[in-house]
Amino acid sequence: MSESPYEIVIGLEVHVQLATNTKLFCRCSTKYGAAPNTQTCPVCLAMPGTLPVMNRHAFELAMQTACALNLEIPRFTKWDRKNYYYPDLPKGYQISQFDLPMSQKGYLLITDPKGQFEPRKVRIIRAHLEEDAGKSMHDEAAGKADSRIDLNRTGTPLLEIVSEPDMRSPLEAKAYLTELKLILEYLGVSDCNMQEGSLRVDANVNLHLLDDDGKKAATPIVEIKNMNSFRAVERAIAYEATRQYEVWQETKQKIGQVPKQTRGWDDQAQVTRGQRHKEESSDYRYFPEPDLAPVTTTEEEVAAVMASLCELPRQMRERLEAEYKIPAYDADVIVNQGRATVEYYETLAKLGGDGKLASNWVQQEVLRVQKERDLEIGGFPISPERLAELIKAVAGKEIDGTRAKDVFAEMLDSDKSAADVMKEMGIEKVDDSELENLCRELLENNPKVVADLKEGKVKAVGALIGQAKKKNPNIDPGTFRQMCIDMSASM
Amino acid sequence: MSLIHASAAQLLTQLESGEITSVELTKACLAQIEGADKQVGSFLRVMTDSALEQAESVDARRKKGEKLGLLAGVPVAIKDLLCTKGEVTTCASKMLENFVPPYDATVISKLKAADAVLIGKTNMDEFAMGGSTENSALGKTRNPWNLDCVPGGSSGGAAACLAASMAPLSIGTDTGGSIRQPASFCGVVGMKPTYGLVSRYGLIAFASSLDQIGPMARTAEDTALLLEAIAGYDPHDSTSANVRIPAYSQSVKQPLKGLRLGIVKEHFGEGLDSEVDAAVQEAIKVYKSLGATVTDISLPHSKYGIAVYYIIAPSEASSNLARFDGAHYGHRCDEAKMLEQLAKERAELEAKGDEEELKKLDTSLVRMYRQSRAEGFGPEVKRRIMLGTYTLSAGYYDAYYLKALKVRRLISNDYETAFKNVDLLIGPTAPTPSFAAGTKTDDPLAMYLGDLFTVTANLAGVGGISIPCGFSKSGMPIGVQLQGPPLAEERLLQAAHMYQTATDWHERRPELS
Repeated sequence: MSESPYEIVIGLEVHVQLATNTKLFCRCSTKYGAAPNTQTCPVCLAMPGTLPVMNRHAFELAMQTACALNLEIPRFTKWDRKNYYYPDLPKGYQISQFDLPMSQKGYLLITDPKGQFEPRKVRIIRAHLEEDAGKSMHDEAAGKADSRIDLNRTGTPLLEIVSEPDMRSPLEAKAYLTELKLILEYLGVSDCNMQEGSLRVDANVNLHLLDDDGKKAATPIVEIKNMNSFRAVERAIAYEATRQYEVWQETKQKIGQVPKQTRGWDDQAQVTRGQRHKEESSDYRYFPEPDLAPVTTTEEEVAAVMASLCELPRQMRERLEAEYKIPAYDADVIVNQGRATVEYYETLAKLGGDGKLASNWVQQEVLRVQKERDLEIGGFPISPERLAELIKAVAGKEIDGTRAKDVFAEMLDSDKSAADVMKEMGIEKVDDSELENLCRELLENNPKVVADLKEGKVKAVGALIGQAKKKNPNIDPGTFRQMCIDMSASM
Repeated sequence: MSLIHASAAQLLTQLESGEITSVELTKACLAQIEGADKQVGSFLRVMTDSALEQAESVDARRKKGEKLGLLAGVPVAIKDLLCTKGEVTTCASKMLENFVPPYDATVISKLKAADAVLIGKTNMDEFAMGGSTENSALGKTRNPWNLDCVPGGSSGGAAACLAASMAPLSIGTDTGGSIRQPASFCGVVGMKPTYGLVSRYGLIAFASSLDQIGPMARTAEDTALLLEAIAGYDPHDSTSANVRIPAYSQSVKQPLKGLRLGIVKEHFGEGLDSEVDAAVQEAIKVYKSLGATVTDISLPHSKYGIAVYYIIAPSEASSNLARFDGAHYGHRCDEAKMLEQLAKERAELEAKGDEEELKKLDTSLVRMYRQSRAEGFGPEVKRRIMLGTYTLSAGYYDAYYLKALKVRRLISNDYETAFKNVDLLIGPTAPTPSFAAGTKTDDPLAMYLGDLFTVTANLAGVGGISIPCGFSKSGMPIGVQLQGPPLAEERLLQAAHMYQTATDWHERRPELS
C-alpha cells in the first residue's frame, strides 16, 4: 500500500433477506422461484384498503443478527414510509426505518490468517428492517418494450446492514463480507444465496490522496451497485479505485464538487458503468408509518436473544485452536466451511484422537472430494465416525499415509469399515522385530547407503524404502526411515 | 309507523316476531330509494339483487329457527370507500370508477356475519376529502331537508339516505368530522368511535392516523346496535384496539346518573352561527333538566386544530394515494395517445434543437403516471396531495409535519386534562347548519372551517357523537356534539339516548315530494 499514491476508502451496505417463511407484513410465502405473482395477497399487492401487520419472527431474526454484530438494540423502534414512484413498488412507498432503526453502533472484526492485512474492527453504523420491492422485467426485444412486474418479492423482509467507511482495500471488503455471510449462515437467519438475491451488496468507494499542494483530499464518492458475488465486489472496487485515480489526475475533482454517482458493475466486461444519475438529491419524504404500531423490546428480551445465540465463527476458531491444538490457519479453513463441516471435524478429531491429523484429512481429502463431486458435507459418503477409524490407524502407525489414502478411496464408494478395507488390501501393522530384521538386512546389503547416512546424507535412505516396500508393502515408511537412520549410526 | 321510518331496533323486534320479513323491509327501502333517490342522490349504486338475496336467506334461516346475527335482516348502507368483495368500490373517484376489490373490509365481513342486508354504496367526497359531498366525481347528493343545500361531507350520502328513510342504518367514515358534520346537516345521529375501536382494514385510506369508521343511524339506540356489530379487535389492523366490546345495544338505555358535562369554551365564540348556538344551549338545558351538571372546560390548543389537521391529513393522504398511479391501481391514461403526444413534443424540441427542454422531457413511464393521476383525481384531492407532498418534503418537514405532530400531542393532552374533571364534553357539531350547494366550492378554506369543532377528536383519537338538537329558521337541522375519553363509547351512547328520550328532534322527517 505504501507505494500507492492513494488510499481506498470503502463502506458497504449489505441487504440480507431474512429466512422467514412468510413476508414482513403479510402471510404470503417468501419461497424463491415461484411463477410470477403467485405468492401475493391483497396486502403485498397494496390493494386499496389493506394494512400491514408485522411478522414478529422477522424482527426476532433481525435481533439475533444485531446481537451477533455487537449492535445496540434500543427499547423503542418505529417504522417509516419512504415515498417514491416505481412500477415495482405497488404502494408508492416502502416501509423502512429512518431515524430510529432497530439497531445501531456495532462492529465486525476482520482478520486475514495469511497476514495480507492487519486485523481490523469495521464499525457498523446501523442495521434496520425494511420490506423488499418487486421485480421489473423489461422485455425490449423486437421493439416491443413490454415491461412486466412480478410482485412475489414485495414485502420480503430485508435487514440492511450499513458499515462505516472503515475498509481500506478490496481484500478487506471481501473479508468483511465473507465474515458477515458466515455469521448470518451460522445464525441461520438467512440462506445468503447471492444468485437468488438473498444477499445484495452496494459499495461506497472513494480515494484519499494528496492534492498538488500536498494537502489531504478525497475523490467524490461512487456507489457501486449490482454485484452478485464477493469476487465481483473485490474486482469492482479495484477497478473503481484505478478509474477514480485516472479521473482525479485529469479533473482534480474533490468530494462535494460533483454529486454522488451511482455506477453498476458489468461482470462480463469487468468494468463499472455510470448509471443515469438524478438531477437533484432525492427526497423520499420519510414520515412515521401510521399503519404500524412502534415496536418495543425489553432488556430481558434482548438478553434472552444474546443468551440464545449460537457459537459464532470467531469464538469457534479460537476454541478449535485451543481444544484440538491446530494452527489458526487450519481453524480458519474449517470454520469458514460452515457449521456442518465444523461438526464433522469435531467428531473426527475426538474419535480419531488427533486434532491436527483430523484437520489435515478434512482439508486435504474431504474438501477435495467434496469439490470434485460437488457435495455438501452433509452428503459426504464417509461419516466422521467411519473416517475416524482410519485416522486412528494412521495415528497408531498401523498404516502409512499413502496407503491410507488408498483405503479412503475404497471407503468412498463402499460402506465398508476402515478395518475391513485394510484387511482386504492385506494391510496390517508390521511387527517391530520384523521391521528391525528387514532394516538390518537391507543396510547390510547396501554398505554405500550406510556410508552416506553416516555422512549425514539422509536422503540416501530413500532407495531402501522402495526395496523394503517391495518386500513388505505394509511397512510404515516413516518408522522404517527413522529406524534405518538410527541403526546405521551404530554400524 | 311505516317500515321505512321505523328504527332498526323496532324493525328487529318486528322481524323476530314474524310480523314482517326482511324481504318486505328490504323491498320497502328499495322502493323508497327508487322514489326519492333521484332527487337526493345518496347512492352511487344500489345492490338490489344481492340485497334481496341476503334478505331471502335471512328470512329462510329465521324460519328454520337458526340463530341469527345482531342485525339479522336489517338493511345497511355502506359508504363507497369500504372494500366489498365483488362490488365496485369507487371512493367517488374517477380513479377507482371500475375498481372491484377481491376482498371484504373487516367491517363488511362483520356486517355480513351480523346478517345485515347490504343495500348499496353511498356517495361521498372523493377519497373522503371534503365537507359537502360536492367533491364527488360520480354524482351529486342533496340534503333531503332542502334539495338546494349540501348534505355535508364527506359521508354526505351516508347521512342523506338515513334522513330520507332509504335505510335505517348506514356506515360512514370520519377523518376530521366526516360522520358527525353530515349527521348534523341531515338531522341524524353519527358517531366517530375512538381510534382503533373499529378495524380500518379494507377502508381505502385517506389519512391513516385519523380515519375511523363509524355508525350512523336515526337514533342513539340504533347507533349503539350498529357499533356493536362492527367494533372489535382485528389482527389485520395493528392499530386496532384489543379490548372487550361491551353490548352497546343493551347498555344504551341505562340512564347516566350524575353526568358531568364540560362545555368547551372555545366552541362558543366567533364563527358560531347564532341559531346553532341557541339550539346547543337549549340542548345543554335539557341535560341539566335530566340531572347533569355542567362546567366550563378549556381545550386551549383546539384553535390550532384545523391548521394541524390540514398538515397531517394531506401528508398522509399524499402517501396513501400514491398507489393510484395507473401502473397498479386506478385509471390509466390512453397510452397510445399519450405516447404519440410525447413523440410529438420530442420531435418539436429536437427540431428546435432545445437540448435543455429535451432533457426535462418526461420518460414514457413518468408521463404515464403524471397523466393518469392528472386525469383520475379531482381538484380537491390534487390540492391535498400537493399540500402533503410539500409539508413532508425534506426542507419543510421540521417546520410543518413535525411541528404539527407536536401540537397534536398538546391537543391530546388538553383532552386528557379535561376528562379529569368531566365525563363528556358538549358543544356544537358544526359552526353552521347546512349551506346552499356551490356557495363554498371556490373557497376551500371556508369549507375547511366546517371541521372546526370536530377535527380535534380525530387528532386526539377520542370518540364523538352528533345528535339532532333543533332546526334553523330556514328548516335545516342542527346537531349537538358529545365527546368522550378514549373507549367511552358506552357513556357517549347512553348520554345520547338519554337526550333522545327527552326530545323528539330525531323523529322529524323531511318531506320529499
